[in-house]
Amino acid sequence: MIILFISFMTLIPFLGFSPYIMRIMILSGIYIILALSLNLLTGFTGIVCLGHAAFYGIGAYTSALLAIHFDLSFVFTAIAGGVVAAFFGLLLGLPTLRLNGTYLSMVTLGFCEIVRLVGLNWMSLTRGPMGLTGIPFPKILGWVIDRDAEYFYLVLILIIMTWVILNNLIQSRAGIALIAIREDEVAAEAMGINILKYKVLAFAISAFFAGIAGSFYAHYASFINPQSFTFDESIQILSMVILGGMGSNLGVALGAIVLVSVPEMLRGLQEYRMLIYGAVLVIMMLTRPQGILGNPKALKIPRNN
Amino acid sequence: MHKLQIQGLTKRFGGLTAVNNIDLHMDDNEIIGLIGPNGAGKTTLFNMITGMYIPTSGKLFYQGQDITGIKPYKITDIGIARTFQNIRLFLMMTVLENVLIGLHTRTNTNLFDAITKNKRYRNEEKTSHKRAIEILEMVGLKERKDEYSKNLSYGEQRKLEIARAMASNPGILLLDEPAAGMNDNETAELTRFIKTLKNFGLTVLLIEHDMRLVMNICERIYVFDHGSKIAEGSPKEIQKNQQVIEAYLGKGA
Repeated sequence: MIILFISFMTLIPFLGFSPYIMRIMILSGIYIILALSLNLLTGFTGIVCLGHAAFYGIGAYTSALLAIHFDLSFVFTAIAGGVVAAFFGLLLGLPTLRLNGTYLSMVTLGFCEIVRLVGLNWMSLTRGPMGLTGIPFPKILGWVIDRDAEYFYLVLILIIMTWVILNNLIQSRAGIALIAIREDEVAAEAMGINILKYKVLAFAISAFFAGIAGSFYAHYASFINPQSFTFDESIQILSMVILGGMGSNLGVALGAIVLVSVPEMLRGLQEYRMLIYGAVLVIMMLTRPQGILGNPKALKIPRNN
Repeated sequence: MHKLQIQGLTKRFGGLTAVNNIDLHMDDNEIIGLIGPNGAGKTTLFNMITGMYIPTSGKLFYQGQDITGIKPYKITDIGIARTFQNIRLFLMMTVLENVLIGLHTRTNTNLFDAITKNKRYRNEEKTSHKRAIEILEMVGLKERKDEYSKNLSYGEQRKLEIARAMASNPGILLLDEPAAGMNDNETAELTRFIKTLKNFGLTVLLIEHDMRLVMNICERIYVFDHGSKIAEGSPKEIQKNQQVIEAYLGKGA
């Protein structure tokens, strides 16, 4: 089943889609990685993060700068983008020692604004609102990625990696510890779970993959500025997780695809587009508040009988 | 050396002294009861033993080791596990998963093992699943292992909470009102069950209002009133103690 799906996906670039459709699919891919990473934090650990775009941006800027100034391979810039984002995730995770719920969400929102403002004002590094231009094509072992089909495969590989790692993580001892924290923090701690350690871990891992998504985006768009990593972007990613179904990786991936492609499909309606888009979200949440695939059964752990 | 020794333990919340200068000890494989009217400070004492509250003064020793002020998750690791007065299960997790969480301190695969699903990880997963099933069998919930814990009956939820605590292989098990809200049949079954815990070699400290249960299974009983210990002794001694009778029924009864 999985093999069938992957082989189908590898065929997509040969089906002769227009560059426009390819672009939407690649963008969906980026958002799938972002939604999967946020799902670890929001869906599984129960921390509503309003600053995910900050990690995305940090990853994008880190790898853009490394690629521009040092002309490094994508393998390196992506990992660096992820690691730097993870480091900031770790820092942002530390206030969880004292803060919870809504208050913690406010901290993440503040963090998102700080990162955006630093990006706007640290002219010597980020060139402020002018952004970074001329980010080179991603290079992997001397192979330059510059066609849509290649970008498509690259993002597909990144999605599969993210998916496998996060899925294995969720099924492990650490993963069920995260779910336990979401369910009841007091009881989780009474069961011997170090709450701070696991929350910080969730932040760091979540930020790592957001950073990788940012890194891919920077190379793909070849231009970034702080406008791409605002609070609106955080909300967009969070909407994908909620719409898709918190705690279901398949669900949030679908959520990402829907929220990227629906506005495009509605383009013909011109100014009514965002109105209908908003209405779709409202109706969806009224009729299916748990999200597209938000069934708790998605939290299944493999059983050895 | 006692298994658990409490010396002069006091907890004040502002002007209120919830627990006042308590001495208590437990030996291996004992079942000890903690009784007293509501607000006597029994649960506060539990919260201090498990590290959820830091005592205002006094000391706690577990097998001779000073555990005063240690974080709750470390206390569980050291060997004290508890249940809660108002059941606190992980409701959206299955019965089996709840018990697996209880095994958290007794497993040790790291993230790398989990991500790569290496042999170490698969072995540990196999043994912890086996152990979890064993524990569920002890409490009679094996058939319900794949049920969401929110779908269990009240009595089953109580049992699952005990099973979850047992999974951490505790030296001491603290049960906070395990019979609360149970009918007579369920209480009788619970009484039998707690007796079997003794056969498994467990040491149990129990808060309970159901006197029949307490008198039936506890070897020694401590009686609290207004934060202070007013009596201790065997069930027989406690039943005859004038101060205890007054605390429960009022003076002149």
